Amino acid sequence: MSAAPHPVYEVVIGLEVHAQLRTRSKLFSPAPVTYGAEPNHAVHPICLALPGVLPVLNGRAVELAIRVALASRCHVQPQSVFARKNYFYPDLPKGYQISQYEEPLATGGWLDVRMPDENGGARRVRLTRIHMEEDAGKSIHDAAIAGDATHVDLNRAGVALLEIVSEPDLRSPAEAAAYLRALRSLLRYVDASDADMERGNFRCDANISLRRHGESKLGTRTELKNLNSFRFVEAALEAEILRQAGILDAGGKVVQATLQFDPASGRTRILRLKENADDYRYFPDPDLVPLLLSDAQIERVRAGLPELADARCERFQREHGLAEDDARLLCESRALADFFEAAASRHGDGASLANWIRRDVLHALAEHGLEIEQAKLAPAALADLVKRVREGGVTAQSARALVPELVNKGGDPLRLIQERGLEAVSDTGALEAAVDAVLREHAGHVERLRAGEEKVRNFLIGQVMKRTGGKADPAALRRVLAQRLGESGS
Amino acid sequence: MAAAPLGTLRECREALDEGRTSSAALVEQSLARAEAHAELRLFVRLRAERARAEAQAADARRASGERRSPLDGIPLAVKDNLVRAGEETTCASRILAGFVSPYTSGVMERLEAAGAISIGTTNMDEFAMGSSTEHSVYGPSRNPWDPARTPGGSSGGSAAAVAAGIVPLAIGSDTGGSIRQPACFCGVVGVKPTYGRVSRWGLVAFASSLDQVGGFGRSAEDAAHLLDAISGHDPRDSTSIPEPAPRCADALDGDVAGLVVGLPREYYGDGIEPGVQGAVREACAQLERAGAKLREVSLPYAEYAVATYYLIATAEASSNLARYDGVRYGHRAQGAHTLSEMYRRTRSEGFGAEVKRRILLGTYVLSAGYYDAYYRKAQQVRTLIRRDFEQAFRGCDVIATPTMPETAFRLGERTEDPLRMYLSDIYTVSANLAGIPGVSLPCGFSQGMPVGLQLLGPPLEEARLLRVADAYQRTTAHHRARPPETQ
Amino acid sequence: MSATLREDVERVAALARLALSEEELSRMARELEAMLGYVAALERVDTRDVPPTAHVVPLATPLRDDTPAPPMDPALALANAPESDGSSFVVPKVIEAEEEG
Repeated sequence: MSAAPHPVYEVVIGLEVHAQLRTRSKLFSPAPVTYGAEPNHAVHPICLALPGVLPVLNGRAVELAIRVALASRCHVQPQSVFARKNYFYPDLPKGYQISQYEEPLATGGWLDVRMPDENGGARRVRLTRIHMEEDAGKSIHDAAIAGDATHVDLNRAGVALLEIVSEPDLRSPAEAAAYLRALRSLLRYVDASDADMERGNFRCDANISLRRHGESKLGTRTELKNLNSFRFVEAALEAEILRQAGILDAGGKVVQATLQFDPASGRTRILRLKENADDYRYFPDPDLVPLLLSDAQIERVRAGLPELADARCERFQREHGLAEDDARLLCESRALADFFEAAASRHGDGASLANWIRRDVLHALAEHGLEIEQAKLAPAALADLVKRVREGGVTAQSARALVPELVNKGGDPLRLIQERGLEAVSDTGALEAAVDAVLREHAGHVERLRAGEEKVRNFLIGQVMKRTGGKADPAALRRVLAQRLGESGS
Repeated sequence: MAAAPLGTLRECREALDEGRTSSAALVEQSLARAEAHAELRLFVRLRAERARAEAQAADARRASGERRSPLDGIPLAVKDNLVRAGEETTCASRILAGFVSPYTSGVMERLEAAGAISIGTTNMDEFAMGSSTEHSVYGPSRNPWDPARTPGGSSGGSAAAVAAGIVPLAIGSDTGGSIRQPACFCGVVGVKPTYGRVSRWGLVAFASSLDQVGGFGRSAEDAAHLLDAISGHDPRDSTSIPEPAPRCADALDGDVAGLVVGLPREYYGDGIEPGVQGAVREACAQLERAGAKLREVSLPYAEYAVATYYLIATAEASSNLARYDGVRYGHRAQGAHTLSEMYRRTRSEGFGAEVKRRILLGTYVLSAGYYDAYYRKAQQVRTLIRRDFEQAFRGCDVIATPTMPETAFRLGERTEDPLRMYLSDIYTVSANLAGIPGVSLPCGFSQGMPVGLQLLGPPLEEARLLRVADAYQRTTAHHRARPPETQ
Repeated sequence: MSATLREDVERVAALARLALSEEELSRMARELEAMLGYVAALERVDTRDVPPTAHVVPLATPLRDDTPAPPMDPALALANAPESDGSSFVVPKVIEAEEEG
């Protein structure tokens, strides 16, 4: 696998993402939205499609969908229509899915995505449309559970989804992944979705085709279904590029088809050909009248939008003097940006805080597989810790050692420093004793330093640090060392 | 000896209020009469024990001076397509055999709140698809005026139960005439309200944009009380009209002076049985004598209504009936080894021929390549038909037409010719396409069988229609006629 | 009756998950032909610039509060099921790709 462009073919990818909207009840039914409940413990007559039930649209779902549309600069349509997509499947209780087809909620927006190989710049990925639809239930084919049969759990049936369709503007699997990350960030920014792939509430299908570099006509595309982790997305697209390139290299033609990625073999496998595709017989759902949205309603939602990542990133550079990379990193997640901002309001040195977050906090989070929202570390605690380092009350080394614990368990860093005796040793007497001991032990090094071998100084400083358990205040240490060596000034 | 026929709602109400009878006695009489007329096959299920218990409760209420509504303690019958918690609803289909609903329809909730007592569910065409109540898994219903004839359909059981004096009131549903046509054939009053006036929550869907629950009574006044009981907003139905429904029963002042009655020239052409034509003309003349003005109006797209209706109704039905798949409830074919086989066998065994026919037509008109030519075209013509009525109602207050071009036909006469059966809906389907209210009331006889006058009004004007019908009934006696063997 | 129409009925029956006997198939094709012949009258209507009517209610779709209702008693949810294992609906095995939507 490689992120380098294919030598012969240009890769053209468009993505369809299904994100579960963060609502408490389902899209057309008041049944609760749950995760991990016992089968069929979160259903209502509407979810079971009992005779006589009718759908009523969840207003919160509409609001969240509008948020996403506005945040991605889509045009929210004054009228959108729910249609029925008809097909039979045991986890589709009505025999149709309520979706939006000819008249979606929103059209024509874009996302500016920082692509991995664009030398730090961003590229615009256009969005075709955004629409609302309901999720299906779960069919369990696993023989260990269902034996020779299929089991159907309708807890998920009817949960509100947002489908976000991109134009075929992506040129590599890595770009696809970058777009997905940007989209996930946006969904979380506006509180519209948890966008958690592991929990299945952020799912992706991809359309992919190849064409020779320089060719303007698009190649025949295939559709990859159910790419349900970031790792899968890239691996599956790479595999499909290999498959299609193999066909084209051999002078063959790619056939329009729906494929699935098999992670075990690392290959894509044809599920069905386009000519066998179902005829979904879309038509406007007669149980629902059109969704009409006035400018005033749309503007109300816009007014409630939080500051979005790009604007915030610029502001962080301006107000806190952050480097662009740091600002962008912090703004990738709204929670992280909030964390930074809360910390910065307590301790003004934003650049230094950003540095600590990037180097230490994110590292500790990654080690423990946590998101910032789950960390026990309070923004104020980080601010206090960084401030203490700056004042010389604790060495950076001691402070860094505390970060993983603070992330995991929380606590007051100042008290921890005190309790554990981590205060920086700047007391001249104690430092002099330590320096003298080191100079005695390493007489040879002292000779070399005096002979002008300056790099030995760091060795000696390191030895003093070791002796003080990392607590020596670096500035004080340098000063005492110079004095004991009989150097003047410093 | 067969129990005597029940009186009208007004008569039952007065007898109750004056202490001459009790709800328990009315319910017993109703049940006995239903049993005595079992050969008409009007009921698919009697809820005798429940009805008796409810009657006792109603009598206790009355004893303590409480009256929930004019319907309190009154027996009635309900078409077998409205669900009620803990009770079976089958839509006269094998595919719903044994289905017990865990929830109650909006209409049944309102009837319960009004104190009305359902003695049982009535026979119908399977999933309300038909005009004769012959397409029922329970066998055909018969017309009390002539058991060799159909009571009409699809709400044939309900209409005939009122005509036969088993109940004073009954609930039906009307998708293309399924209340007005059997009301006409059975000589009773049938009301199809404005689309959105009555909740569809818990009404088993046939064609969602056309279905509307309504009712039957022997007089316009009775029908008005029934409509008042079931009308009103239901937030569980997205197509329910939010405005409060005015009380129809309060609007019956007998006054039609100055009212303009429109007679659409397209409805009085060829193809109407002379006896029907004569009775309807005479009814219009009677309205004129009562002070109304008659005026010819035009509904130019009327001739396309049946084609438009069958395209839209079957398309919606094909989708609405996809849920009957043998997975969560209802019939499932035995011994299928794959899901695909289970689906096909379940649905083929579970649905009758007429339902399959309509599912196939509806699937066809929605399928790739045909949608624009059929479904979309029909939706456009539907717009023209709506505009026809908007235009016509600028020149008149109500429209009067024959309900049916004929009287009740013989059982079995049309089952082999579905298209001919569909064509007889010519005067009723437009109201559903336009979403407007319609009433059918008895206006005489042709060769011994009842003739119906249909009144159509602008949206939400069912009170106006019932006022006209009531005014007509104040000066005529057709609605008091009883089928011969039930007198 | 045209062969195409018979094929259409077969295709549509498959979409609608109905199994038809040869006899039913012929009959349905005949009846469909009659119906299509009848509804062809609509071709005469000039519908240029006529908007379609999908709903007669002059309303915007109402919006519901996002307040979850208590879920159904799971036993009641399964009570009508032709087959269940006490927690899930049970159906014959899905042959992969055959029924995929």
